Amino acid sequence: MLTCKEVTVLCSLELDQPLAIREKASILAHTLMCASCARFREQMTTIHRAMETYADGRGSSGTDAGMGDS
Amino acid sequence: MRLIRSRSPSDRAEGAGPAIDARALAALRDDMVRFAVLQLRNRAAAEDVVHEAIEAAIRRADSFEGGASLKTWVFAILRNRIVDHLRQRDRTVSMSVLIEDDDNWQDGVDQLFAEHGGWRPEFRPAAWPNPEQALSSRQFWVVFETCLEHLPEATARVFMMREFLGFETEEICTTLSITPGNCHVILHRARLKLRSCLESGWGRTGELEC
Repeated sequence: MLTCKEVTVLCSLELDQPLAIREKASILAHTLMCASCARFREQMTTIHRAMETYADGRGSSGTDAGMGDS
Repeated sequence: MRLIRSRSPSDRAEGAGPAIDARALAALRDDMVRFAVLQLRNRAAAEDVVHEAIEAAIRRADSFEGGASLKTWVFAILRNRIVDHLRQRDRTVSMSVLIEDDDNWQDGVDQLFAEHGGWRPEFRPAAWPNPEQALSSRQFWVVFETCLEHLPEATARVFMMREFLGFETEEICTTLSITPGNCHVILHRARLKLRSCLESGWGRTGELEC
């Protein structure tokens, strides 16, 4: 079984390139057993979505909060 | 209200495309500059690309489909300009030097885990509020921007090329003359860093004011 440290590396890598089936299985097995890494993986997806949203001009700390443009 | 329509050589008929409100465009400028500064880490260069993007938006006003958000449309143009800028830039800044500068920061990443490779209890990921709510909350974006600003320079450049501009890692490596291994390490530590920053600024306690 991979360590948490190793699993976080794969959780990042899967956002950049397709993983081997073996690697995917390792992540899945680990995250079924480890709530912290399962959470970590979800948060990686949230960050990825946030980056996408922001790059699209749909997130903003500005006064219009990025939501009000029509 | 002054409306901009693109002036193509054929002098298209009015109504060929939705017009862009010049003031709406101007109102986006600050957000555009902030976005560009995050990636270029240079105010003057950022203002240049924003200027180019606004010019391009005005020239291409006819291609703006009124249905899409103006901001989303303009940001797509801006991202293209930044991509061009990054591809063409004279590489006076050596990434390897920057990566070394960032190395002290690597120690911080290592501290997250104990020797056996498990999370140290104090750094275990906490439960975050609902992502849907987060992405529509202004507070989240304030923290998000602050966290991005605090990424070390080399790390930020690589991470934003990947996530904001959609570069494949191979192209990042070629453009910045770094190895694929380096690239993946940098992306990983950017995500770790951003994750803990978001968590301390926003995720752990919703009521915490930054």
